[in-house]
Amino acid sequence: MTTAIPVEESLPTELEGAPTSEGAGDVRKGGWTPRIVITIVAAIWMVPTVGVLITSFRPEDLVETTGWWTVFGHLFDTSQWTLENYRSALDTGGFENAFLNSLAVTVPSTVIPITIAAFAAYAFSWMEFRGRHVMFAAVVGLLVVPLQMALIPILRLYTSGAEVAGLRIFPDLDLNGTFLGIWLAHTAFGLPLAVYLLRNYIGSLPSSIIESAKIDGADHFTIFWRLVVPLSVPALAAFAIFQFLWVWNDLLVARIFLGGTSDVQVLTIALSNLVGSRGESWHLLTAAAFISMVLPLIVFFTLQRYFVRGLTAGAVKG
Amino acid sequence: MTTALETEPEAPEPVPDEDEPAPRAVRAVALAVLRLLGALVVPIAAFFGLWLTFDWMRDADVNRFVLVAVAIAVGVGGVFLLYWAMNRTVDHLPERFREGVRPYVFVGPALVILGVFLVYPVINTIVVSFGDSQGEGFVGLENYEFVFTDESMLRAIRNTFGWVVVVPAVATSIGLAFATLADRLRRGEAVAKSLIFLPMAISFVGAAVTWRLIYSFRPEGFGTNIGLLNGIKMGLGMTPTPWLQERPWNNLLLMVIMIWMQTGFAMVVLSAAIKSIPDEIIEAARIDGASEMQVFWRITVPSIAPTIAVVVTYMVINAMKVFDIVFVIGSPETNQTEVIAERMIYWFIRNHDGRSGAIAVILFVLVIPIMIWNIRRFREQEATR
Repeated sequence: MTTAIPVEESLPTELEGAPTSEGAGDVRKGGWTPRIVITIVAAIWMVPTVGVLITSFRPEDLVETTGWWTVFGHLFDTSQWTLENYRSALDTGGFENAFLNSLAVTVPSTVIPITIAAFAAYAFSWMEFRGRHVMFAAVVGLLVVPLQMALIPILRLYTSGAEVAGLRIFPDLDLNGTFLGIWLAHTAFGLPLAVYLLRNYIGSLPSSIIESAKIDGADHFTIFWRLVVPLSVPALAAFAIFQFLWVWNDLLVARIFLGGTSDVQVLTIALSNLVGSRGESWHLLTAAAFISMVLPLIVFFTLQRYFVRGLTAGAVKG
Repeated sequence: MTTALETEPEAPEPVPDEDEPAPRAVRAVALAVLRLLGALVVPIAAFFGLWLTFDWMRDADVNRFVLVAVAIAVGVGGVFLLYWAMNRTVDHLPERFREGVRPYVFVGPALVILGVFLVYPVINTIVVSFGDSQGEGFVGLENYEFVFTDESMLRAIRNTFGWVVVVPAVATSIGLAFATLADRLRRGEAVAKSLIFLPMAISFVGAAVTWRLIYSFRPEGFGTNIGLLNGIKMGLGMTPTPWLQERPWNNLLLMVIMIWMQTGFAMVVLSAAIKSIPDEIIEAARIDGASEMQVFWRITVPSIAPTIAVVVTYMVINAMKVFDIVFVIGSPETNQTEVIAERMIYWFIRNHDGRSGAIAVILFVLVIPIMIWNIRRFREQEATR
């Protein structure tokens, strides 16, 4: 930042092109500095990704003996490109299975917290009941409970239930290693952020809409489902992106609640097992890393236009 | 906004019932019981229903595709059905209770889940941290003594402190600078922002692989260096460096990975905030002769201060919990790159619940100042709203 600005001032176009003479929309536009700085930063940011992308298409012996940047020397030499890494990464390590498992973990782990949080956020914003403010403050407070702290007690609940002074207060459900177990865990870890974001958004909807629906005889459930949910799509999508990326890429929670056994292992675990068992087999890892990125990227680019609107509705005071 | 809500009358319907001489105490007790039922029993019953489905699924020997499809359908559909069923149940209650109970049906499941999965663990971990390795016998402060004397643990605390300071500061600064400058591009803003956001979609495991292509090291005589940094060094005629073993700088190199991944988040959110600043304000400042620098520090930054606070909080908490990067890149102990969360898992894997618990408590205590700061900030916001 500090390096960018002085250059800015020396640019004649910026100083002379008195911003007032231009349209209001142009007030902040133009100049070479932004273009140059943005290009440089974006290029730096791309380096690691480009490295993996290139490596994933190179044959094993070349990956091990030459740097990935050397391909630029002879870009059109076809003997240095191969699809073999993708083929063998998909064949070994139960990747197909892991992909399905990741899907089975991630989709419900995204939808469940959104639903639960949306109902709660609606209640916190548009229903009157005792303890409303205290409960909301408590939920926001839980935003900062470190996930790691919760893992072990939950694991113990899953495997043996809980007793207080000989009285069983939580049954032994044997949830460890099940999808339901990991959904509930991810739901709980995502809930505070979800309630916080959705409360910001749903609370900022115009009260006139809700009041008029009430006058027309709609009950809370109908108002919520027919009116508030469709209006809150940006916030729901924003949280969906967050939660999807987080659950899809999570290693820790999956490792503890699902474990590394091959029939329930998720993609991240399959990936890290590849690191473990194959040591330096980068050619496979790079392909695997890209395979695991495909779905999150699709989700992000489909939902991204909602992302910004949804996240900032309550956070920014315009 | 909240004031508008406050005016919503509490259950205005049962006006005709009002003069009925039903004893108030009985009514209050009945209402309390029904609330409890609404908030607790129905979700728990629904939960058991779901669980039975799963018990069946666990034992069933069917095609994996079918299983996954059923899992997704049950998980997604189940939760909506749960609310629908609870709402219908409430509809059958006596009219005067209905609107008093309904809010608890809406918030109940969230509170139950948070109670079981977050509040209970906090209490439980605190108890366990005073126990022995199996979490049974009481050992007083022994585990805490360990935490503050063990060399590796002390390093972990120091390293985590570094993460918490460096990562949010750098990622937010770059994100803010990038957002400010991208806002002034005439073309290609969306593309530029997408490129920065891209690493958010990579898992920590994937990121570890990615960055090994940058940091990789092979001593001279053991093959070509295939890491970019050493490739550059060799190209310049220098000897390669074992980057990840260079203490204490290897910590910084690991932080770079997280900065790379998280800057996109800061940038996207801050960019939206910057765009919400009215053009007139900036224009007026320019007319008054403010330089670019002044506009940035006196107008942009103060206007988006609340958003910056949200971003920083989110990142501080993330940095505090960092585990995957350190764990996957490998050998935290030999390279002295331990962090608190990684130590916690370390002792957990080695079946020492007491130590693991004590480390978790330390993490929680460290987070308390941020929590207080945030709650104070919310209060101020509510007050000025």
